[in-house]
Amino acid sequence: MKINLNKILNEINIKADWIGIREVREITTYRSVRDGNPKANDRHLTHGILIEVLYNGQFGYYGTNKFDSKSIQNAASSALEQAKLASKWSLCSFDKDVRPKSVGKFSSYRENNKEVSSEILNDILMKTNESIKVSDKIVSASSFFKIVETDINFVSSSGSEFSQDFLLMSIDFSATAQDGNIIQSRSANGRLAQSYQAGYEVFDEHALLNKAQIVGEQAVELLSAEECPTKKTNLVLAPDQMMLQIHESIGHPLEMDRILGDERNYAGWSFVRLEDFGNLKYGSDLLNVTFDPSLEGEFASYKFDDSGDVAKKEYLIKDGILLRGLGGVESQRRSKIEGVANFRSSSWNRSPIDRMANLNIEPGDSTFDEIIASVENGVYMESNRSWSIDDYRNKFQFGCEYGKLIENGKLTKTIRNPNYRAISTPFWNSLKMVGNKDTFEYFGTPHCGKGEPNQAIRVGHASPVCFFENIDVFGGA
Amino acid sequence: MKDNFFYICDEIMKKRNEDEDFILSFSGEKSQYIRFNNAKVRQTGCVDDANLYINFIKNNRSCKFSLSFQGDHSTDLNNVLNCIEMMRNEINNLPKDPYIVRPDSSKSICEINDGNILSRDQVIDSVLPIIQGVDFTGIWASGPIYRGSANSNGQRNWFETNSYSLDYSLITPNEKMVKGTYAGSDWNQEKFNHHFENKKKQCQIMNDNSKKISPGNYRTYLAPAAVADLIGMLSWGGISEASIRQGNSALCKMRENDISLSSKLNISEDFRSGLVPRFNSNGEISEKCIELFSNGKLKNTLVSSRTAKEYNCNSNFAEDGEYLRTPKLSAGQLKEAEMLSHLNEGLYLSNLHYLNWSDRIGGRITGMTRYACFWVENGKIVSPIENMRFDDSIYNFFGDQLVGISDTIEYIPEVGTYDGRQPGGIMAPGIIIDNFNLTL
Repeated sequence: MKINLNKILNEINIKADWIGIREVREITTYRSVRDGNPKANDRHLTHGILIEVLYNGQFGYYGTNKFDSKSIQNAASSALEQAKLASKWSLCSFDKDVRPKSVGKFSSYRENNKEVSSEILNDILMKTNESIKVSDKIVSASSFFKIVETDINFVSSSGSEFSQDFLLMSIDFSATAQDGNIIQSRSANGRLAQSYQAGYEVFDEHALLNKAQIVGEQAVELLSAEECPTKKTNLVLAPDQMMLQIHESIGHPLEMDRILGDERNYAGWSFVRLEDFGNLKYGSDLLNVTFDPSLEGEFASYKFDDSGDVAKKEYLIKDGILLRGLGGVESQRRSKIEGVANFRSSSWNRSPIDRMANLNIEPGDSTFDEIIASVENGVYMESNRSWSIDDYRNKFQFGCEYGKLIENGKLTKTIRNPNYRAISTPFWNSLKMVGNKDTFEYFGTPHCGKGEPNQAIRVGHASPVCFFENIDVFGGA
Repeated sequence: MKDNFFYICDEIMKKRNEDEDFILSFSGEKSQYIRFNNAKVRQTGCVDDANLYINFIKNNRSCKFSLSFQGDHSTDLNNVLNCIEMMRNEINNLPKDPYIVRPDSSKSICEINDGNILSRDQVIDSVLPIIQGVDFTGIWASGPIYRGSANSNGQRNWFETNSYSLDYSLITPNEKMVKGTYAGSDWNQEKFNHHFENKKKQCQIMNDNSKKISPGNYRTYLAPAAVADLIGMLSWGGISEASIRQGNSALCKMRENDISLSSKLNISEDFRSGLVPRFNSNGEISEKCIELFSNGKLKNTLVSSRTAKEYNCNSNFAEDGEYLRTPKLSAGQLKEAEMLSHLNEGLYLSNLHYLNWSDRIGGRITGMTRYACFWVENGKIVSPIENMRFDDSIYNFFGDQLVGISDTIEYIPEVGTYDGRQPGGIMAPGIIIDNFNLTL
């Protein structure tokens, strides 16, 4: 159903200082196979609008999926009423400058726009499922595709009119292998880490079958692997674990709404304080972190955030020094700290808040072989399987699916249940080498959770391989 | 909402062909959300949202389609029929599914809890003046929540509840926090004022200097909210029969090696409170109480009908995801008022934070202490503690290290809103454990 946002905007009859309408229409298709049988062939369509009004410095919103004139007028009046009642108690008084006028279009990167049929997708899923089953020791094999088609349109009383459309692909394979009491699981880069802005070219059968087979082989390999040692040692992380490391211990602590206290009842606060910007030595000189919504194919690229702010690449941390926060226009106004265009909502039924988008570590100049050769003793880890961090984003403990010992500059034995724990800034200051562009990979997740009411949003993280010194690593139960 | 949903169900059934089956379900809310920071309003708004879920079954194949539900007969019917037509075109190209759950029962239930909550225009004036003078951060959520299901055998289930929750933190100038949740279906201003006064008093003790705890093993009291967090982990690679069968559960050891937890431990899926619907999204109606752990033994797991078909066992009509919907840890013998005396020396943990399996198959969970957590000596609170990371196994803290369970159960309401507001919560008492492992 096509709706005319400008017509709706013009017909709304309320006395507000500003009105904006954001329409989101999203179709999500899930297809999955487990152990040779179909598990899901599901579609979900959500379509609605968020009417946001500004009155006396306070925003109020109303999310609805009803598009008739009466429902929309009621929604706008209720949003205004909410803003009026709250304006006596506003935390901060805004004006319409925090909804900058923007006009334009964005379409996410894709090579092949031609839809692949459900029959072919199920056939590929079945074949990859067979590829995972490399041995009788595989007790469970799963193959999963998720395709998301999102259209976002925005108009406002200050003349904004922009639209963005996204095609988003997530691919997941996983295997569980068992030998007696030993059970090990392996996936392709961690759960749903293969999430990209892409077209139907991602369903390349040959490449997917190869990837699925490796997942099965490594699950079996882990059954006879040694347990990860318990010691303080050198740690080399692959990009598919760096993704989680960046997300939890750089991304979340730099969200300005956390620093300003909005999230203290749910996601938590931050060890970062306003006075740290421009001063804090967040990591070693090798640490360069960017907010980059312009990378083609990364999961959270876009042109406009949900306030209308135009998104562009910015350094948050340069040569180890903290420069800029993950704060959209409202947080920039509140904190007087430079930010980025990251004021985002998960759908039409949520109001935007400060989020990560694409948050990346810039490549360094070391090859993978040079990094490994420089480690006399250490552990190499791939693919996240466990994550936990405190509400200030200091003390973390992360676990991976697959590891290798590094001995005398070489990758040697495979190890299972590799975990490590540390505290954020000492950890990043122990960064000793950063991989070059050849080691740089994109990943993403559809499930970054935050906000009250809760919102799960898509983020992308790209990173080279990184080497950290003197980290506590340990194994399983 | 109920009539609109049932109207669409009836129309779909009229248009169904003989070889087609349908299972329909419904989820909706009309919610008001107000977000607070520093006892002021950060964001405020309302959401009307509803979704209809269609499970279409034909020729041993199935597919699902869910869509926004507007509550307008002709618009919704038009949208739904379009979806069904798309599914009809697709279904024969899908692989056969040997574990399809077909509509079974025609037995129907209807539960409507009207409640007596503040209207949308009353909330600000009822809450804001009371919370002044402290750093208050959190979320108000209120309004009706709807659930429904129907099938081509004529079943029509409905559940509706009208409720509110105020989930918040009080923060002291030295950044210590106390957690509060005030929730229910009947608003009573006097009771809320009293609740909040008590919570402010609890906050005062947090002003004392914090004690830094070293990593190690500690005798520990876990308050009901902390226990509820640990029980909640059983929904994620724990109590699911499919997870156990597929080697993905922390309880595999209990099944395969006949290991028990503490004989003091009794956990059930208990629908008797009426706070959540007894029917699942397939319309199947659970027993009023399902014993899961009985005297520490794994008596039942949560088994969906799909899992039951695949593994040739009996379904207890769990949701397809086999997660807990209304868990209850039974009360024990220790008097609630004497829990600190029983603890004598050790840690008092009111809340935990950010739990995850650090070794799921080993049963090990890591997470953080959060909010009002104290060091206790001689049965008395001495000082708050700095937050610590723990990493310990359910086979320890729910096993041989479980010292005792309090005789008083608290209801910890569900306040999560990722897929909209959810009814229900977890019923849990406090527990005392030995050798709780703090690591960082």
